Amino acid sequence: MKEKLLLLHPEIALFAGACLLMVLGLSKSATLRSLCAPVTGLVILIAGLLAIPEVAERLGLLTAEQRSTAPLLLPYAKAMVAGVALLLLPLMTGVVDRALESRAVRGQPFDPGRSLRGEFYAFLLFSLTGVMLCASADDLIWLFLALELTSLPTYIMVALSTERLRSMEAGVKYFFLGAFGAATFLMGFALLYGAAGTTSLTGLSQMMTLGIIETGATEAARGVQVYELSPMFIAGMTLAVLGIAFKIAAVPMHFYAADVYQGAAAPVSAYLAFAPKAAGFFALVSLLSAVTWYAPIDGGATTLPESLRVLLWVMAALTMTIGNVLALQQRSAKRILAYSSIAHSGYMLVALMAGPGRSPASDGLGAVLFYLLVYGVSNAGAFAVIGALEKRNARGEMVEAENLDDLRGLCRSHPLLGWSLVISALGLLGLPPLFGFWGKLPLFSSGLAAGEIALVVILAINSAAAAFYYLRLAAAPLLDRLDDHQPRPVESTLSGRRVTAVLSAIAAIGLVAFTAPLQVTTHRAAEDAYQRVTLGERARDVIFRPAPEVASDERAGEPVATAAER
Amino acid sequence: MLMLALLLIPLIGAVVVAVGGERESKHVALGWTLLACVAAVASVFAFNWSDAATAQFEMRAPFLPHYGINLWIAADSVSLLLVLLTALLGPLCVLGSYSSVHHRQRLYYASLLALQSFVTGVFLAQDVILFYVFFELTLAPMFVLIREWGGANRKKASVKFFLYTFTGSILTLAGVIYVAWARTGLIETAAVNAGWTFSLEFLTDTARFMSSSEQTVVLLALLAGFAVKVPLFPVHTWLPLAHTEAPTAGSVVLAGVLLKLGTYALYKIAIPLAPAAFVAFAPYVAAVSIIGILYAGLICWTQRDVKKLVAYSSVSHLGFCILGLVAMNAVGVGGSILYMINHGLSTGALFLCIGMIYERYHTRDMDELGGLASKMPVWAFFMVFFSLASVGLPGLNGFVSEFMCMLGAFQAGAAWGPGGTGGVLGPWFAAFAATGMVVGAMYILYMVGKVVFGPLTEPRGHHPHETLPTDLNLREITVLTPLAVACLVLGVYPTPVIRSLEAPIIEQLAHVERYFPEAEAVETSELERPEPAGASIVAAEGGLR
Repeated sequence: MKEKLLLLHPEIALFAGACLLMVLGLSKSATLRSLCAPVTGLVILIAGLLAIPEVAERLGLLTAEQRSTAPLLLPYAKAMVAGVALLLLPLMTGVVDRALESRAVRGQPFDPGRSLRGEFYAFLLFSLTGVMLCASADDLIWLFLALELTSLPTYIMVALSTERLRSMEAGVKYFFLGAFGAATFLMGFALLYGAAGTTSLTGLSQMMTLGIIETGATEAARGVQVYELSPMFIAGMTLAVLGIAFKIAAVPMHFYAADVYQGAAAPVSAYLAFAPKAAGFFALVSLLSAVTWYAPIDGGATTLPESLRVLLWVMAALTMTIGNVLALQQRSAKRILAYSSIAHSGYMLVALMAGPGRSPASDGLGAVLFYLLVYGVSNAGAFAVIGALEKRNARGEMVEAENLDDLRGLCRSHPLLGWSLVISALGLLGLPPLFGFWGKLPLFSSGLAAGEIALVVILAINSAAAAFYYLRLAAAPLLDRLDDHQPRPVESTLSGRRVTAVLSAIAAIGLVAFTAPLQVTTHRAAEDAYQRVTLGERARDVIFRPAPEVASDERAGEPVATAAER
Repeated sequence: MLMLALLLIPLIGAVVVAVGGERESKHVALGWTLLACVAAVASVFAFNWSDAATAQFEMRAPFLPHYGINLWIAADSVSLLLVLLTALLGPLCVLGSYSSVHHRQRLYYASLLALQSFVTGVFLAQDVILFYVFFELTLAPMFVLIREWGGANRKKASVKFFLYTFTGSILTLAGVIYVAWARTGLIETAAVNAGWTFSLEFLTDTARFMSSSEQTVVLLALLAGFAVKVPLFPVHTWLPLAHTEAPTAGSVVLAGVLLKLGTYALYKIAIPLAPAAFVAFAPYVAAVSIIGILYAGLICWTQRDVKKLVAYSSVSHLGFCILGLVAMNAVGVGGSILYMINHGLSTGALFLCIGMIYERYHTRDMDELGGLASKMPVWAFFMVFFSLASVGLPGLNGFVSEFMCMLGAFQAGAAWGPGGTGGVLGPWFAAFAATGMVVGAMYILYMVGKVVFGPLTEPRGHHPHETLPTDLNLREITVLTPLAVACLVLGVYPTPVIRSLEAPIIEQLAHVERYFPEAEAVETSELERPEPAGASIVAAEGGLR
């Protein structure tokens, strides 16, 4: 227990910060209330720093020996999440309580009962805690709690994000579908427990590695370790993957994405497009490591057990294709970004299928971790620009200018925002030499190294198809002109949105110089995570087959005997 | 250093123009392109022409060590000549746009400069991923140029151009990564430079160990991108639209340089990376290019829009270029590379001439324009000159390269060898291509006869331009003269250029050689021949030395 606590310093910091913020938001003094955003930023920064073992050791929280044996995934995952969250934070300022604050400025007494500011930032921090906990999960129950902690605050953030009915509708939709997704993967986890007899991921992996079966003479003579995959195990794994697919907005659980992203305010959508996706992929990396990528006896690339492989193959192909095809028809920039978010999940699923590799170039898991950073950075910029523009709608309210037509001519009216959108859109497209391209490259190379040639071709065609709508997003600000009769969008008075947009564009160009160390770091992190779950015993010379029927000892209603019981 | 300068000068110029003043942007851009031109000329003198096959002016910096991706640029004579072409066209494009671009000039000239820099990068790259980065980067400024300053149908043209080319190139990327990955399996772990690498020389060395079927897959992937860029029939449909709708300078760069990216890529990357498959597919690629020559030629004959006619003629001409390339002998490949340069010069100039007409008459329709020689004799001179160069009149540059390409195809009959005959094509291919020459003469001379000569026809309601004189002014003559001189010189005395191309071409073809060990038997017999066939062409051409 104590060892686990040692790794949780960032999460503890975030949690403490959240509690502090809930109180801070209720303060009668406007100055203190305005400190909410900076305090949030400070807390996230502290959490990110604490995730780095060297810093924790310097502060006396870890001994040298503990630092050297700490998992490598955690520093990268937590620091990366903290970094992107810091990039998103200026975007999140001023989302709630604007009317309340303006009334307070005009002299009316401040009513803490109606204030939501502190809670909003607190929920943000709770959600971030959940993401970081996902990265450090080594147990199914922990994973479930972490995934839920990631999502539950976001349901509320979506509903609170604007004062219009649309965001409440989005919040309710998101909540019901999210509950459905959570129930799905909880059922999956329950079935996994039933099949394995343990909830620890290492135990799951061990159960499979130690499968001892009486086999045919030829197999035994070759010293083959045979895994059993009971139908319950396969069912559990499938449900778990499908449930987590909700978090990453993969087919078939992608339906909520467009409506929720459009209904929520752009800052919250930006957060939704990044954090649950990161949590979901951390969970998938750990969960699939327990299942193990194995090398077949008769040669060939490493691959997952057949049933899971088919599931992930179909998910990846459909997610990419459906995400891109549905984005083509959209006129709303937010919906385009929502469907493109689905497509990017599909790209990452290709690399996830590829599994671990010996070098950063062939490592699919490392590619996933790296792509999360790449995607988070560019995505923040695109949503920031949309969040920074407001226009008056038919009812006279100031709403976000989210239509593609509103973005026209932005490079001339608001150059900083316009060029940030151009760079973010081209980065998401993967036009070299922006950061997005160097994120796509490992997806291609790991997919090919794992022998998934058909999927890589589908990936290539989808990346090209994505150019249809990313070009629209990039050409509208730069090369189109607003019609004269159209209401002109104005820039929001909240300057934080512009800050995020510009920072994201700078990062999309500047981080290219750091590609090499980042890719090496992610490779080491993924490799370490994989080996911790599989205890370093990478399966070799393995065949999979359904567990044989055990006749004698079976009582009615009991599951098929598993290795753990032997 | 010189190559890095050639790469960076236009790029820095683009930034300077983008942040500078609107009215001075054209002059600043001209200054920077002239500076790049000076650097290019300096590199001609600094280049060691006796050792033309070695990549010189090399600069390398590691970028992603675990991938083996380096920022590696160098130039052999082929690259240098194409870089020279780019550097020459740069100031001419800027100067040619003085009177036609009036809004958002900073963005325009910045795009032109950036495009020049990126295209130079493609020709200089020795690392395949760096090649790909520059290859894709050229799409962005071209898209901007077509979209903002183009003709009536520019939105569709720019989108089609970008998407068509982008789709092809992503498949090419997949093919290239496949070769790099296959290399990790073919090279033992203990060997030097084992593991992932994208350097062209290492990928080339290992590509010949790949099985023929693997190479076929790789070649198809590479062709997906490069064939669209060339463009080969039937994936050429983006070209007429893009060319017609682009502004004048955009068309010049597109025809003069961007199309060469595809042919250069086939020469530099496709041949070494998939030699066996290239040889196996050569007859089919040749057949497709011949279809392109004839099909595009016939379409040209029916065109009413002069610019579209020249655009389709590009498809036709590049069919010759590819025909020479797939002949896989020194004459053919030499002719192909020379064709790239010649086509850039003559077709670029033709687009400039058409642009000058368009500025004055605001139409390119052959039904509305006719007999302009009586009003614009200087323009008529240049128009006829470049048309004849394009057709292939002996004495001008087009003839040399066209003849060499067809001779290469003709001789690619039986045996194998770098100095002698190829082994994949044959006389029939050359015969069909020759009919393409006739078609070429038909449409060009018909166009010239209608627009330049004959009774004077001007569009109804035409009034003289406010600033431009009826005939060409000094600026426009300055733009066209260097191109005319180059066409003439390359037509009368191409020997130095051809000589300089021999060595790298022979080395490139040797990559293919090594895949076919039985060819060595033929090669030894070639050694007894007095001179390689390329030299005999030179003797016939230059003839008089």
